[in-house]
Amino acid sequence: MASMAQQYEVWSALMKSGEEVSLWQQTFVKFYQAFLENDRWLQYIEGVGTTLLVTAIALAIGVVLGGVVALVRVAHDQQRPKHRNPVLGVVDFIFKIYVTVIRGTPMMVQLLIMGMVIFASSRNFTMVGALTLGINSGAYVSEIIRGGLMAVDPGQMEAGRSLGLNYITTMIKIVIPQAIRSVLPALGNEFIILLKDTSLITVIGGKELLYAAQGVMNRTYESMFPLLGTAAIYLVLVMIFTWLLGKFERRLAQSDRR
Amino acid sequence: MIVVKGLKKNYEGLEVLKGVDLTINKGDVVVLVGPSGCGKSTFLRCLNRLEEPDDGTVLLDGKEVTEKDIDAMRAKMGMVFQHFNLFPHLTVKKNITLAPVHLKLMDQKTADAKAMELLERIGLADKADAYPNMLSGGQKQRIAIVRALAMNPEVLLFDEPTSALDPEMVGEVLELMKELARGGMTMVVVTHEMGFAREVANRVIFIDEGTVKVDKPPQEFFSNIENERLKTFLSKVL
Ligand SMILES: Nc1ncnc2c1ncn2[C@@H]1O[C@H](COP(=O)(O)OP(=O)(O)OP(=O)(O)O)[C@@H](O)[C@H]1O
Ligand SMILES: [Mg+2]
Repeated sequence: MASMAQQYEVWSALMKSGEEVSLWQQTFVKFYQAFLENDRWLQYIEGVGTTLLVTAIALAIGVVLGGVVALVRVAHDQQRPKHRNPVLGVVDFIFKIYVTVIRGTPMMVQLLIMGMVIFASSRNFTMVGALTLGINSGAYVSEIIRGGLMAVDPGQMEAGRSLGLNYITTMIKIVIPQAIRSVLPALGNEFIILLKDTSLITVIGGKELLYAAQGVMNRTYESMFPLLGTAAIYLVLVMIFTWLLGKFERRLAQSDRR
Repeated sequence: MIVVKGLKKNYEGLEVLKGVDLTINKGDVVVLVGPSGCGKSTFLRCLNRLEEPDDGTVLLDGKEVTEKDIDAMRAKMGMVFQHFNLFPHLTVKKNITLAPVHLKLMDQKTADAKAMELLERIGLADKADAYPNMLSGGQKQRIAIVRALAMNPEVLLFDEPTSALDPEMVGEVLELMKELARGGMTMVVVTHEMGFAREVANRVIFIDEGTVKVDKPPQEFFSNIENERLKTFLSKVL
């Protein structure tokens, strides 16, 4: 490390004095500036931490919101024509609008509206970003969960109801446990999409990985290594989670075969 | 014990039941037959309101079955489906005990004991901790019957309980149903098993064109055929 620092001092001094330096020397200097000078790698690590935290928060919001929306919409659809609950009808209508609006507008625009209009006075950009991602994800997750609930054989609901269990109990004890299994792979996918989408919160000043890279770019006037580094880190993260999900899915498939 | 009056049901203009009147007494074993699409399933499902009738009433022990107290009514009317509808994520024992325990008819210990006793009776005690997809069709259907029995129902409704089974498994299910009938269980059975109707039923009912056309004890039903459409129907299935 110490020798690398010395090497850097020598070569960057050469570059500043306007002397001709080799491509290798240039590359080394830029790389050193991007990651090692002033322990900048710590900023990337911090950025990764925030990225993971934002992903986790957004996923949690998305799953809770998506679950509620899906359950209400399915319950509404499963009502008998002559026994429609007006409250359920209103809530279902609101949720339908929510899903349509979120899925029909770009995430970037949603982030800007949340960051610069609705929460314009908030300084906690990262959390506003996480909240926005969560609300966005909820719309997609609700469709995933709704699909999972509707894919459960209607005979299961009938069997539960014919035993005298009410709708909610049958949902909780019989339908939802079966839907969860079929929905988990798609939710895993949603997690990976969210992980990458966290980079978008930079536009409202959310301090995740890309934000850290931009900070370095602004100080060193060099963009190649910070951006390539960011891409590499995302790629590694995605590969790790894809691998974990694959392992998880295989275990799920195994327990399905019992 | 079950009194049906003027039961009507249509699906978007298609009149399936056009006013069915029927009384099912305690201990009756009623077999419903009729051409495909004549509304046998619809009738059965209107009894426990899996389908909502458009008109008419169903009385269980003199009390009208309505949407409001439907869960309590269903607890007294067990139903056995063509495709078993066991809960695949639960063990056999849990399949049987879930509803009685949840509805506080029994505590878990009593329900477990009852489940084991019933499984013992059908020779499947060793499957108590198995999951449904480890069982054969015949075993699944017998467990589905036991699941309904565990509720101590007053009547059992069967919708083609053997139609989804491989031929070699039909016998074991019919045997269990016979045993229940001999034990005095009130049963309403939709089936194409005419042998079962002849041997076990005390009434065989022909549903056609949305109403009850023939309602006779099996000896008469099969020997003394006046209804032309029943004649045609029987000539196809016998
Ligand atoms: N949910 C539904 N929506 C629309 N039409 C239906 C529905 N369920 C049943 N039907 C129609 O109602 C009629 C009666 O159906 P049902 O299932 O009661 O007949 P079934 O006597 O049980 O016949 P099968 O012997 O084939 O089981 C059929 O014509 C069927 O197509
Ligand atoms: Mg039918």
